[in-house]
Formats: sequence, structure tokens, C-alpha cells
Amino acid sequence: MKQFITFVRKEFAHVLRDRKTLLILFGMPIMQILIFGFALTNEVKNSAIVVIDYAQDEASQKLISRIEASRYFEVNKLSTDHHQIEESFKAGKVKLALIFPQNFYTDLMHQNKAQIQIITDATDPNTANTLTNYVTAIIQDYQSDLNQSASLPYRIIPETKMLYNPQLKSVHGFVPGVMALVLMLVCVMMTAVSIVREKEMGTMEILLVSPFKPLLVILSKAVPYLILSLINVASILCLSVFVLDLPVNGSLLLLFAESTLFIITCLTIGIFISVRTGSQQVAMLISLMGMMLPTILFSGFMFPIENMPKVLQLVTNIVPAKWYYIIVKLIMIKGLGFSAIWKETLILASMTLFLLIVSLKNFKIRLA
Amino acid sequence: MQDVVIKTDKLTKRFGDFVATNAITLEVYKGEIFGFLGANGAGKTTAMRMLCGLSKPSSGNAVIAGYDVYRETEQIKKNIGYMSQKFSLYEDLTVLENIRFFGGIYGLTNQQIKTKSEELIARLGLEGEAKKLVGSLPLGWKQKLSFSVAVLHEPKIVFLDEPTGGVDPVTRRQFWDLIYAAAEQGVTIFVTTHYMDEAEYCNRISIMVDGKVEALDSPTQLKRNFKVSSMDEVFYQLARGAKRGD
Repeated sequence: MKQFITFVRKEFAHVLRDRKTLLILFGMPIMQILIFGFALTNEVKNSAIVVIDYAQDEASQKLISRIEASRYFEVNKLSTDHHQIEESFKAGKVKLALIFPQNFYTDLMHQNKAQIQIITDATDPNTANTLTNYVTAIIQDYQSDLNQSASLPYRIIPETKMLYNPQLKSVHGFVPGVMALVLMLVCVMMTAVSIVREKEMGTMEILLVSPFKPLLVILSKAVPYLILSLINVASILCLSVFVLDLPVNGSLLLLFAESTLFIITCLTIGIFISVRTGSQQVAMLISLMGMMLPTILFSGFMFPIENMPKVLQLVTNIVPAKWYYIIVKLIMIKGLGFSAIWKETLILASMTLFLLIVSLKNFKIRLA
Repeated sequence: MQDVVIKTDKLTKRFGDFVATNAITLEVYKGEIFGFLGANGAGKTTAMRMLCGLSKPSSGNAVIAGYDVYRETEQIKKNIGYMSQKFSLYEDLTVLENIRFFGGIYGLTNQQIKTKSEELIARLGLEGEAKKLVGSLPLGWKQKLSFSVAVLHEPKIVFLDEPTGGVDPVTRRQFWDLIYAAAEQGVTIFVTTHYMDEAEYCNRISIMVDGKVEALDSPTQLKRNFKVSSMDEVFYQLARGAKRGD
């Protein structure tokens, strides 16, 4: 045990002494969260929208003029042709369509409620969401103005339709996405490189000749990165809660437990890569190309999996980050408990076990 | 009768059809400096790996420091030290940290590590450099330090795999002074080298050709047997018959 601690302490010394590694380790997650959180938020100004006014009455006119008056929208086309909407959406000219049904005002006056349809292009879910919120805010504003002079409250019920991506799959998805990405990068690449470095420098031989067990060598390489990665998870969560106002709705403990599982998965992949490669460059390349790219492409974080061809959808199943991403989203955003994610957890756990067995087998072969 | 610390009997390692080391039989005595020579590809490294317990022999027997290479590799590892041709300390750790680390993984107590590192630093005259990163030291010092670290846990045998590669003659001479000092303490030195002047420093040497030990004796006796005046010529006569090379 004392030997183990000596070893872990040495690993920490390696990491903490290397400024560049430290910068990647702790600077990158912060950078990514800030970039994704701010640079990529769509501050929506002057978005082109279409209004289809079947009602052409007092209420609809008033609402339209309010929308026109806001700096967010540019009502550049008042079309009455229903079919034109879809074409404009496909051409990407229009981000949102607002449709007033016939008898909008009459419904509102006589039944005290009226419906209004909002259709958005949800291929860019952030924009779609923001636009919808703005429109509904204007509608609600109008509604409360009406209600000031009314005995019975009037209600305008917006019926929202998100085109192309009905569930808004990646709203707020970037925080779980960045978590998956950062953990993948830190754990896989750093572990792989740090083990391969020992091989390259010739120190691995010395370790193998020593009474220190080879399995412990690997284990004590993994421990520092496990701890550092957990710190990373904590700092990402802090940023998202305090800077981006994105709360953790579910259990924090569960989130950390699942993160630990995913970190172990990544560490195992890193170990596997390091067992199979002989140079730091190769290890780095494999980690980047073989792990980072699939994580970005196939985890569902950048590109909705639903929109992929069937074959690629199948491919996404073998990307561990996909499962972790789902888990984090369900816990963080939907606030669900373990019963909702046990299947994903099981998949992730079996992947880890499989990788662990494969890398240990390979490790033994290398020793003989 | 001297104490035998390394005893091999027809020690063989095969990789598929390739016989890397072929039936090596030799004995090394306590406190001896044993030179293990051979051209590149002759099978030295493979043999050494088996003796260190890193690789299982295909057939034959070997007893290292009294322990069997098949069953007691853990015990062997505790009783040997090893220094490879690649420089084998951590460059991004300080001198003291390296000593502490290697002492630690060999299970020395903190107190032992403390006294030993003070001793070692004083012996090598590294007082001013103890807290410097190893990477900043000149190669010769690194190698001396590397050797001292390899004998830190007082092993019975030290395996040195081409320890003086790329070092100037003066530093090499100083390095050999360290080796002599260790041998006088009763440590057995098992060293591979390509420098024939170093071979002359050894008590006895073996020369491997194509996986077999072709000659084993003291340098003086070998020169007499081959009727030549230098070790270079002995080596050349044996090695030119080799079929394997790089």
C-alpha cells in the first residue's frame, strides 16, 4: 500500500509539474463551457419570421404590430399561402412562422380563449427555443394587457411546433456534451500518453523489474487522472450552475457516481491504447482520431442521432460517450433518478468490463 | 568454493521457430563482475530478461539469488537491481524525488530512504543538485545516479544493460569505479557492453554468438586461448561467424 501511495504521488508530480498538461487539463473545460455557453448562444436579433393571418381582425393586427415593433423580429412577409411556409423553412429564409386561425378575436372574446400556432425551425434548437420564448413573451404581454380591463381572464394558447427536431434534442445539451468530451480527452489521452511515455523512456522496464506489481503500475497511473477528472466534473458543474444558470435537477451524487463510471471507461480505453502502442505520438493520434472524433460526431451532442442514416445510428451505439451523454442529460436536465438510466448505466458498465478484460489480456501478453 | 548467485542450466527461449537464446549454461559468483558480451541480435537482452524474471524461459532452468525463475519471480525482483541502456530515471522529477520514488517502490521505509539518499548524494557529490530536475543534469551524472538508484535497495545482483552508451571515457572510468565499489561490497554485477576496454575490467566474461554462449572465461585466459593480444580480436574471431545480425 505504501508503495502504491509512493507511485501515485509520483504520478501527481508528473502532472502538476507539466504546465502544458495542466493547462489542457483544467483550462480546456473552462474554455469549452464558456465558448459553448456564450459564444454559441444565439442572441437573436432581427430574425426573419412569417406571419399568416387567417383572422385579419383586431387582436391579430395588434399582436402583429407588437411583434413588428420588437427588435427581435423582422416580419418581412405576410403570406396567406399555407404551402409557402414549408418552402421558406427549407430554404432557411425563415426561422419562425406564426399562424393566427380564423376567428381569433371572436374566439378570444366569446370563449375567453384562442389558439395561436408557432412553428419553428428546430434544426438549430437553441435559436428555435429562444425565438419561441420571445414570441410567447410578446403574446403573454398582450394577454395581460387585455386582462387588465376584463372580468374573466382571456387566454391565448400558443401551440408550438418544432420542425425537424421535435424534442429539441440538444438544448442545454452542450454541458453534458462538454463533460463527455473533456472526460474522454483527459482520461483517454492523458492515461495513454503517460503510460506510453514510461515505455518510451525505458522507465517501464525498470518498473517491471521492480517488485512493484505490473497491475499496480497501471492502477496507480489511473488514480491521479480519476481524481483530476472528478475535479473537472465539479468545475464544469459549478460553471454551468453559477455562470450559465443551468441547474442540476437530479441527484448530484448519482451524477458523480455515473461520471466516475464513465471516467473508468475512459481510463480503460486509455490503458488499452497504451498497451497496444509504443510511442507517445501514436497514442496521442489514436486517442484524438479514434476517440475524440467519434465522441463529437456520434454522441448526439453536436448532431442529432435521429437524423443520421440507419447504419450510423447503429455505429453510435458503440460510442461510450453517447450513453454517458444520455445519462447526464437525463439526470441534469430532466432530473430523473436511477430507475430511468439503469439501462444506459448497464451498457456503460459492460463496455468498461469488456475493455478492462481485453486490455488486461493484452497487457499480460506484452509481459511474457 | 565460491557462492553461486546466478546458475543457469540449458536456459532457452524460443519465439515461434526462432531460438533467441539456445541452451545457455553458466554460473556467476557472489561479488563478481561478469561481462555478458555478444553482437547485436545475439540474444543478450532476451537472456537478461529471463534472468530478471521479466520473461519466462521456454525450457531449461535458472536460479537467481537462490530463487527459481519459473516460480519465484517476485523474490527475484526484490533481490536484483536493474539499469537499462535507455536512461532510466524520471527527467521531470528532482534527484531526491527519484531516489524517494525508487526507494518507495522497493518498499524501503521513510527512515531508510532518508539516510540512504543523504549518503548517496554525498558520495556522488550532488549536494547542490539534489533539488534540481534530473533532466537538467549532464548525461554522465545521470548515469552514475541511475546506477546508485539501482543499488539503493541493496540487491544481491545488479543487471546493467549497456550502461555506458554515449558517455565519454573519463565518465566511463568513473562509472566503473562505482561498479568496483559495489562489487567490493559483495554485490554481483552482471553487465552487457559493446566496449572491449570495459570487457577487460570484468572478472570473467561470456561471449554470445547466435543465441549460444561460445566462450566463457577471464579476459586474460580468453586472450591466451585465442592466441591474441586484445579482447577486440577475441570478440571479432567469435562474432564474425555469426549468421544473425541486426
